[in-house]
Amino acid sequence: MATEGLQENETLASLKNESESLKNKLEEERAKLHDVELHQVADRVEALGQFVMKTRRTLKGHGNKVLCMDWCKDKRRIVSSSQDGKVIVWDAFTTNKEHAVTMPCTWVMACAYAPSGCAVACGGLDNKCSVYPLTFDKNENMAAKKKSVAMHTNYLSACSFTNSDMQILTASGDGTCALWDVESGQLLQSFHGHAADVLCLDLAPSETGNTFVSGGCDKKAMVWDMRSGQCIQSFETHESDINSVRYYPSGDAFASGSDDASCRLYDLRADREVAIYSKESIIFGASSVDFSLSGRLLFAGYNDYTINVWDVLKGTRVSILFGHENRVSTLRVSPDGTAFCSGSWDHTLRVSAGVLVSVHILKT
Amino acid sequence: MERVILAMQDPNVGIKMRNQRLLITVIPHAMTGNDIVEWLIQRFSITEEEALHLGNLIVKYGYIYPLKDAKTLVLKADESPYRFQVMKSPTISNLITAIYLAKKNIRKQGDLIDYERDAYNLLHKRINHTWDFVVMQAREQLRASKQRRKADRIVLDCQEQAYWLVNRPPPGAFDVLERGPERGNCLNSRVQMRGPSVAYIFNNETFAFSGSFFKHCEQYQVHDPIMSGCLPSNPWITDDTMYWTMNADLVATPTKMRVERWAFSFMELIRDPLGHNEFVHFLEKEFSAENLSFWEACEDVRYGEYSKIPEKLENIYQQFLVPGASKWVNIDSKTMDRTLQGIKAPHRYVMDDAQMHIYFLMKKDSYPRYLKSDLYKNMLAKAIVPQETKKSVFPFMRRQRHSSPSPALTAHSGEDDGKSKSAGSPGGAVAATITQVEE
Repeated sequence: MATEGLQENETLASLKNESESLKNKLEEERAKLHDVELHQVADRVEALGQFVMKTRRTLKGHGNKVLCMDWCKDKRRIVSSSQDGKVIVWDAFTTNKEHAVTMPCTWVMACAYAPSGCAVACGGLDNKCSVYPLTFDKNENMAAKKKSVAMHTNYLSACSFTNSDMQILTASGDGTCALWDVESGQLLQSFHGHAADVLCLDLAPSETGNTFVSGGCDKKAMVWDMRSGQCIQSFETHESDINSVRYYPSGDAFASGSDDASCRLYDLRADREVAIYSKESIIFGASSVDFSLSGRLLFAGYNDYTINVWDVLKGTRVSILFGHENRVSTLRVSPDGTAFCSGSWDHTLRVSAGVLVSVHILKT
Repeated sequence: MERVILAMQDPNVGIKMRNQRLLITVIPHAMTGNDIVEWLIQRFSITEEEALHLGNLIVKYGYIYPLKDAKTLVLKADESPYRFQVMKSPTISNLITAIYLAKKNIRKQGDLIDYERDAYNLLHKRINHTWDFVVMQAREQLRASKQRRKADRIVLDCQEQAYWLVNRPPPGAFDVLERGPERGNCLNSRVQMRGPSVAYIFNNETFAFSGSFFKHCEQYQVHDPIMSGCLPSNPWITDDTMYWTMNADLVATPTKMRVERWAFSFMELIRDPLGHNEFVHFLEKEFSAENLSFWEACEDVRYGEYSKIPEKLENIYQQFLVPGASKWVNIDSKTMDRTLQGIKAPHRYVMDDAQMHIYFLMKKDSYPRYLKSDLYKNMLAKAIVPQETKKSVFPFMRRQRHSSPSPALTAHSGEDDGKSKSAGSPGGAVAATITQVEE
């Protein structure tokens, strides 16, 4: 553009100045745009009213700390595991225990319900993930039919079935995740990349069902392609171990809870963190997070025995729930979003449900 | 937590310390439980309940100790006096423990509680060589304490007692320092405090994306039982399972909300067993039902048993891909060629391209047409809106909680890969049993 050479009143310096001031002007305009849009966004989202959430069921029966739980697709059954090696399947609605297995190890940190509702998987300090078909036959010992599926070189921290009973995804203290075929116990794919223990994972609810996210002690959350085993995205903004990750219902984002007492939301398409949910009065780590059905609320269980409910869009805390007498170690919303279940080191699980007292419809 | 404690102790913004009264003794430089709660409420803008909870944890973790009822580490929001604990190094040597127990032993003239006596004897064995030193130290400390002023004595005793309660809790009691299994490479779990309170970051580039969250929340808000309640009622609240009965997998008449959800996305439609069946009916009318069958068969390969893959791929080939096959699917020639080549070396993801192609075909073509079809419109018209459960006349009478058959009971019929829908719904048999209407 400047091929004609300098004009009469222009010097190199003055041109530079001009370009600087133009740049600044551009930034200013951009900033104005920021403000307008931020303002718009914050405006569009009305604050939520008061919540009335109460514990509706208390499941007692574990003799020691409850470490993990998962819902069955029938929306009322759950499986839970504890420090003393017991894995119990409950009909949470009636609070009846339907099955109980004693694992040969303590600290069963992971458990999952199969999509069909016919089996459960669990594991922990035994470095393995085992699948137990659920049977009501009184003559059968559940432990007899157990299938040892996954083998890691350190403790199992999380496990989840994929879309069927036939495949399991596991995360381990050995820093890797792995995909296994249940029937043969064969390793189908392994995922290396974390620099420390992997503590949690969650499968993407996407149409093509090909990715999952994991969080670890290296403060990183990594998104993996299940087919190739490659890490396709990575996020490192937390200041301490990531204890829990959970996808937003649409699959476009995920939330994480960490020992740094904050929960964060990461947008996958923008490839960045977009929100931090924290408060000065919350000084204990978040152990477990999950979204409500619409994704508007984020439930997070903390090591200070409480559950904080966050407004995902506004970033504010909506409610704080007390009730547990020791740290909340696991929290999941039920498949139809009617309730959530929290498990704690106080040996109990609580199913809580409630509703917004005054509903604000989002402005369009 | 350290930062909170430091703030509390700060002479400018911290808690005002005064001389507190404990019965007749004046304790210098202490604060009341009430002071602590008030300060927390002020500082963090939280409720009294939350402040009390937080304060209790601070006491349990040993940062503050009570001067009254020193045996229980509890914060009472009243005039009971409290003081800040002197933090010592986290490693407690055997020697220190031994001296403490020896003092107790002397004071109680040998009448220690069993777990203390066990610990005492164990230490006696372990560090026998320095036992004289231990006893001498213990005696010396006891003598020195007798010479102190009463106030100082009370303070030091409570301080010591609280310290040991936190660091060496009696067996069976709550152990605040328990951490769970050892984790590799992790930072000190004592929390690093963060600066700003509620931070919400939105970047310009993400605005377009944040719009999508907003849309999703808005769209699903009425379907979210926690946000908007559910009709007839939330089973967990009223003990009435009507909501589940009405929304069971294969009911004759679905609810309006459910049918509306089918219009949100293609996934919503086909993952709902009822929606799925409706869609199949529609496709049959259009003579393109083989598309959905093909897609499902592919899902089955992807998520099914590893050992059955070659067999399943062969079936798919025969049913859907061979020219002239009964359910031949219309894939573009390039994809078809690639797929056919791929089958020669069968693996789980061989069908991915073809499956994706057919999926998007259904999503972009058949699905929108379905939503405009009479079939869907009729379904929407006959869908019901449940009545809200009337409050029972006797509100204190609890409804009987009916149990339901476990999905595992019907495990024997068509289990494993073949029958279980890739959509991950529970076995079809379950739906059949749940459709009985409960009183």
